[in-house]
Amino acid sequence: MLPRDLKPELFASYPPEARKLAAKYIAAFQGLPLSFLPSLLREVIDYDFKFPAERRALEQELTKLASLSPVETGEWFQAFSAIKLSSKLEQFDWVNSPAQFVEQLSSHLWTTHQLDAFRKAATEYADRLGSGMAPEPPPLPRLGITVIGRGVVNYSEPLFRKLRPQGAYFSRVRSEKGLQILLTAVESRAKTHPIPYGHWYIDGGQALEHAASVTGVSYAALEPVRAALLEKMRSEIARPGMGPEMLRTVMAQLRPGDLGIAKSADPVLDRFQVRLLTEGSGTQIFSTSFTQWAAREALRRAQPASLLVRFGPRQRQKPMNELLSPAGEKPELDFVGSLVDADMGAYYKWQNQQRQSGDDKAMFLVWFEDHSAALAISPTMPRGTESNSEIDLAQLLAWMT
Amino acid sequence: MINGQASDASRLLASSRRDFLRSAAGLTLGSTMLGSPLARAANVPKKRKVIVVTFGGGARDQETFAPEGQENVPNMMRELIPRAAFFTQVVNQGILGHYVATASLATGVYETINNFASLPPEHPTAFEYYRKDLRRPSSDAWVVAPSNGFNRIGESSHRSYGPGLGARVILPKYLLKAAMSRGSTDYEHLLRDNYETPYYTPELGGSEFELEQLESILKLSVDNFKVHARTLSSPDELSLYIVRQLMRQVAPSLLWITMHDIDIAHAGAYSLYIEGIRRTDRLCAELWKTIEQEPEYAGKTTLLILPDFGRDADNDSGGNGFQHHRTGDALSRTTWLMAIGPGIREGVVYDRAVDSVDLVPTLGAMLGFSASLCRGKPISEVL
Repeated sequence: MLPRDLKPELFASYPPEARKLAAKYIAAFQGLPLSFLPSLLREVIDYDFKFPAERRALEQELTKLASLSPVETGEWFQAFSAIKLSSKLEQFDWVNSPAQFVEQLSSHLWTTHQLDAFRKAATEYADRLGSGMAPEPPPLPRLGITVIGRGVVNYSEPLFRKLRPQGAYFSRVRSEKGLQILLTAVESRAKTHPIPYGHWYIDGGQALEHAASVTGVSYAALEPVRAALLEKMRSEIARPGMGPEMLRTVMAQLRPGDLGIAKSADPVLDRFQVRLLTEGSGTQIFSTSFTQWAAREALRRAQPASLLVRFGPRQRQKPMNELLSPAGEKPELDFVGSLVDADMGAYYKWQNQQRQSGDDKAMFLVWFEDHSAALAISPTMPRGTESNSEIDLAQLLAWMT
Repeated sequence: MINGQASDASRLLASSRRDFLRSAAGLTLGSTMLGSPLARAANVPKKRKVIVVTFGGGARDQETFAPEGQENVPNMMRELIPRAAFFTQVVNQGILGHYVATASLATGVYETINNFASLPPEHPTAFEYYRKDLRRPSSDAWVVAPSNGFNRIGESSHRSYGPGLGARVILPKYLLKAAMSRGSTDYEHLLRDNYETPYYTPELGGSEFELEQLESILKLSVDNFKVHARTLSSPDELSLYIVRQLMRQVAPSLLWITMHDIDIAHAGAYSLYIEGIRRTDRLCAELWKTIEQEPEYAGKTTLLILPDFGRDADNDSGGNGFQHHRTGDALSRTTWLMAIGPGIREGVVYDRAVDSVDLVPTLGAMLGFSASLCRGKPISEVL
């Protein structure tokens, strides 16, 4: 089937809000090339489980597409229309399984050496779309806080190397009650600027108690879900004919209820957390991978005004000789390795934050937990500098604003 | 073909790599060198051997040869680079999956087989050209690879070549699992080495190097193999152990080693990725020492080291930095090649673009076979 053959009843299996959205924009969909449309429907089908920022962005995109004349649509999608698809892809049920279509399309693009042409088309489309829509700045300057190195007693290697050129390094930070100070700062922002999913706290271990106005995700709290997922993966892998690609498809279709999550008051957050585990690589095994990916996805999707991320220690990767011994004992933790992971994770978090609107006013703080090293980036902080002044984290936050 | 923007980015990457290498190791830029290829050819021994190492699972510049990455490759910087010809811009224009990319390196054609299936390459491999053209026995071409997914890399499905003409393939971890499982414990977890899908064990197909052949071919008892394996920390270390045994007992003229430890990066832990690079750097230097010490190899072996491809850039929002190689951006496609051995100019950096599929015709020119169905061109600077 091709996009021009679309009919409203084909969206019958979509969740209620998504179904309404698809029906509203079906005329625009009919003019789009098949190499593009399923990636848009992949977003539409999840509309009911999207964060407010994502909903706004999708609605703006659909409104823009619906406003294009047929000639303009032809111009905008010329490069996508030039992508050659197989008849197998054309016959695929891309309306009901757009994500699986996109996976198969990706494989097709690699195999037929069309990936670069597709990349170019996608980049041009994003540029056109972006030029017509001014990104909405956050109601207050974005604040990203990253806490790394929990449990590390001594570490002599330099930290924050990739971030130092961007901000000021502080070597004598008073660490008393540091984490609580940072969490309180986020709670205070949530209180003065209540925004749905606007203020987050992600913890790579056990989370501290925090205000309900702050959206919370913790690796420890998801332990039963991870265990259920790993069991599910093991049983799927044991099935005859199962391969990595099919396993990925099976995992992408898992819903909170499949992994033992009871119906809650926040199905959007439930779905988000399950996706961190089913779509992230390594998130099921290493808490540092989970935390980095969770921060990336929260920034990309919810675009929070405040995001506190605390990395915890991950389990130690066993060397091969230890794998030759009988398994069963509880895995040890790798504190220093986790610090190195988190240091890179902090850099990626800053990069992801700077991709959001209001980047010129955004602030970023990274602190070595329970130690005296921190780095602050904000419009008020001189870049590439170092301070030996004694300071506590509350003062540091105040200097940043 | 990669588009113009990506080509520009590849050249920039190559340029920064070259500048760094020139300042750090005192190397000469290849384009400034004038010399007689005939004079160099006179230094090449007649019974030449070639060892190819794929630098395991994709590594980026910034963690290897860029200034901030040098601390991760001290052995290559100190011991290998000053003796090597170094190509700064090797571009992989194919599919960036490890099995299919390695198959493309081995055939000289961008293969399009399913990266995750147990399938042979569709085009003849260097091993088949070598054995058929030069009428070499199966003992003269070997592949050692830690990942079970590479079991079919030794010979293609091509009707003019294929079964019986390829390389023999050893999967050391498969052997180890077989050796360890003679007891009651299940060691299936040893085979889980596909870091993109950590709980998936690739199926085996084709003819395996069986445990019994450890003793008959490698002169290694199963008990000694098990004892030694218990002292090693990674699959790539086990591979090097098997390679040394193979070099001493069989001394093949064409030996291909696929390293894979670095691909742990898919799990998202940066420290483990760096650890993998440092280990691979050490193992490459150890391999060169072995070459220099083994009478069958010393003075007549060319060692070629190259990653199969890179990994995604930090600043590409479509990826997640070092973790994967999915965006197809310039950093993930552009990598390097190092050649060491008799007749190869030492301490020279070449920054012209070389294609990944140029490897097979280069091997052909070195060993004397014609890679008639491959798409690349010989790299003249190392011939």
